[in-house]
Amino acid sequence: MHVSSGSCLRKAIHSATSLFSLALVLAAVVLSCSPPAKALPAFARKYGLRCSACHESWPMLNYFGQKFKDNGYQLMNDRDSPIWQNPGYWPVTFRITPIWHRVSTGKVDIDTYSGGAISGSQIQRVTSSGFDLSGLDFHTGGVLEKNFSFYVLPSSDPTASFHFETVMARLDNLFGSSWLNVKLGKFELDNLLSEKRILTLTGNGGIYQLYHFIPVGDGNIFGQMGDNQLGVEVMGHSADDRTRYSASILSSSDGQVGLPYGNGYTGFFTGSQAFDAGRLGVQRVGFYAMVGEAPTYWLTQGGTLFTGQNGTGPSAIGNKSFSREGFVGQFYFGPHVDLTVITQHGEDSAWFGQGYGDLIDGVAGQNNTPGTTLPTGAQNPTWNGVLLEPHYVYSPQLIFIGRYETIRMSQQADGSAYTGIGPTGITGPSPSNLGNITTYTIGYRYNPFMTSRAGFAWHNEYNWLHQDGTGPGNTNINTSELLLGFDFDF
Amino acid sequence: MRTRLQNWTLLLSSAALLAVPSVSSAQLSTFDIEKRIGAESHVGNVTGHAKDAEPAYRRYCVGCHGPLGDGNGENAPYMQPPMYQQPRNFQLGVFKCRSTPTGTLPTDQDLYDSITRGFDRSNMPQWNTLSKQERADLVAWVKHFSPRWAGEKPGTPITIPAEPEVTPERIKAGRDVFARVQCWKCHGVQGMANGPSASTLADDLGRPIAPFNFTEGARPKCGDTDKDIYRIFMTGLDGTPMPSYADNIKPEEAWDLVFYLRTFMAQKSPEKEMAKKLDLKPVDPDAPAPQQ
Repeated sequence: MHVSSGSCLRKAIHSATSLFSLALVLAAVVLSCSPPAKALPAFARKYGLRCSACHESWPMLNYFGQKFKDNGYQLMNDRDSPIWQNPGYWPVTFRITPIWHRVSTGKVDIDTYSGGAISGSQIQRVTSSGFDLSGLDFHTGGVLEKNFSFYVLPSSDPTASFHFETVMARLDNLFGSSWLNVKLGKFELDNLLSEKRILTLTGNGGIYQLYHFIPVGDGNIFGQMGDNQLGVEVMGHSADDRTRYSASILSSSDGQVGLPYGNGYTGFFTGSQAFDAGRLGVQRVGFYAMVGEAPTYWLTQGGTLFTGQNGTGPSAIGNKSFSREGFVGQFYFGPHVDLTVITQHGEDSAWFGQGYGDLIDGVAGQNNTPGTTLPTGAQNPTWNGVLLEPHYVYSPQLIFIGRYETIRMSQQADGSAYTGIGPTGITGPSPSNLGNITTYTIGYRYNPFMTSRAGFAWHNEYNWLHQDGTGPGNTNINTSELLLGFDFDF
Repeated sequence: MRTRLQNWTLLLSSAALLAVPSVSSAQLSTFDIEKRIGAESHVGNVTGHAKDAEPAYRRYCVGCHGPLGDGNGENAPYMQPPMYQQPRNFQLGVFKCRSTPTGTLPTDQDLYDSITRGFDRSNMPQWNTLSKQERADLVAWVKHFSPRWAGEKPGTPITIPAEPEVTPERIKAGRDVFARVQCWKCHGVQGMANGPSASTLADDLGRPIAPFNFTEGARPKCGDTDKDIYRIFMTGLDGTPMPSYADNIKPEEAWDLVFYLRTFMAQKSPEKEMAKKLDLKPVDPDAPAPQQ
């Protein structure tokens, strides 16, 4: 019997479709029938509260979870101390996410070949897909004694290379007041929308662009609000957590240990007030400001970079300033819909704008040695941005997530009088839109079970990011990523 | 045709098998409870509706109190006395913290205050981060679990006279009340929860329960103001061995007792200072009880 190739193809597609459908059905059955896990995430296990009590959808905190955190991981029920726990209790949780993802990046300069030899290059889109892993986080935290608490988080990249993401101890309710709490160490900044509790996982969607924005060619890595930072924080709150403030002094090192950047310090300040809006829920508005200095002049020895002594890294002086400030709003529209809004105005010193600042890969690309002057036309880069993150919480077990961010340069580092080749690689003034970012993310997280023992989320997400002028020949670049994964903690 | 029939039979049998666990796990009381989904609460100018409370109950409460409000949530087995109190069984309609006489239902405000204040020395946190509306809805939700609200009205809150000025004489008089009504039998002569009856106490469901230790610095379960303490022993904590003393203690004596109890507490207070100056000795369990 003759079978045409088209028929074969149709059969193959039909079989593949059937197999895929079967796999989907099986996956749905497995997901819907998964029994509750028996292990205990750190805090939920201790207090017997479901994940949903503290998390809008884990790991993002709701107001109750925020208050629990603000109280130093205490319920304030006089049973917080470890003396009240079973001696075998060990507050540790790990989290990792096996994923499948597809990443597509536009306008990449790729070699072309002729006769086995490179003949030139062409601009093309590069797409990769496959199964992958996230990094692994080991969270351990809790109460040492009433009003003494800690958090330690060794975290790895996907190859299991570990670093300390968080290490801090805190003293709470000093002098019997909830308005005075102190923590010392490396910790997440007091952002109401914390990147460490982000609900999305893709490369570009798994961070808040607003918290990491650096203008093209800028050398200031120190103003990244999304990164955990080393320092000391004083914070306070009302008994019901409606009113909050915090003030931190941080090393201008972007959280890197070993004193790698000399003597720069940054202040981070927040304040917010929540209001009861009846059936709509509790609404919160607030502000944040990050104001700091970071070095631009790397000390040298024999004409080469001084690489440190007595356990410190290179040392630098010549501090220049930077700032990030904005407003935050968390608005609820009943039990199912909420929207978080964050705005930002950012400014870096013109020195950072010209590429001074970070030691890129251990090499001072630009060094503000004595006598160095800024090129004519160099000016402070400034920008404005906004982040909108709506959620539809169908139930504590199913949340739909959206996010839109846009960042627009309002003043480029290479101004209208600029004539040379700037750190952007562009001769003369930079285009006004260079480095502008627009990105959106959509996704959902479905928790097939919700207990106080473990967390599991079937995570689906898509991110799209557009940046102006950063492609070859200063063209615009679009990247996208699709991600599916099992996000679990235990 | 036969194959098709077999397939249908197989399908229906599978469906029946799948349905069995749901039917057997259903409880009759679910139907009773759902009949009261129209329950309301009135707290100040806020009206709570049970039907609106389910998302919050599922999010915050169900793990301990259970889907049927019977205190059999997934965590209940791990909350064992005396370290922890078991979650409240709302179906019984019996509540410790009330402003109403013993044996009566609490007011909506009482339940609202309990949700807001939480309970020290238990896993019931303060839910004051929730909006007033959410808390009022949860009060209505709590009420809808028990048939008591269908046939009974809450009691009338007891009258608490104005708090008099604390004096050394009143503190001494409070000690006499403490001796006369034999508070020490459970709470101990120094309020350390080590009275001769302390280890024998059980609640109405037969579960061991510890008396309040005034000295360890914890807040009394139903509030820590002087009025709250007054209310606790004049209304009693229903469902526990702590009775109402409304028939045994006159209102002015009740204030004396409040002042005396303050002398036990770890927190600084004028009563504590006065007791120190008076060199007040604990009651003597072997001495004849003072007469009223």
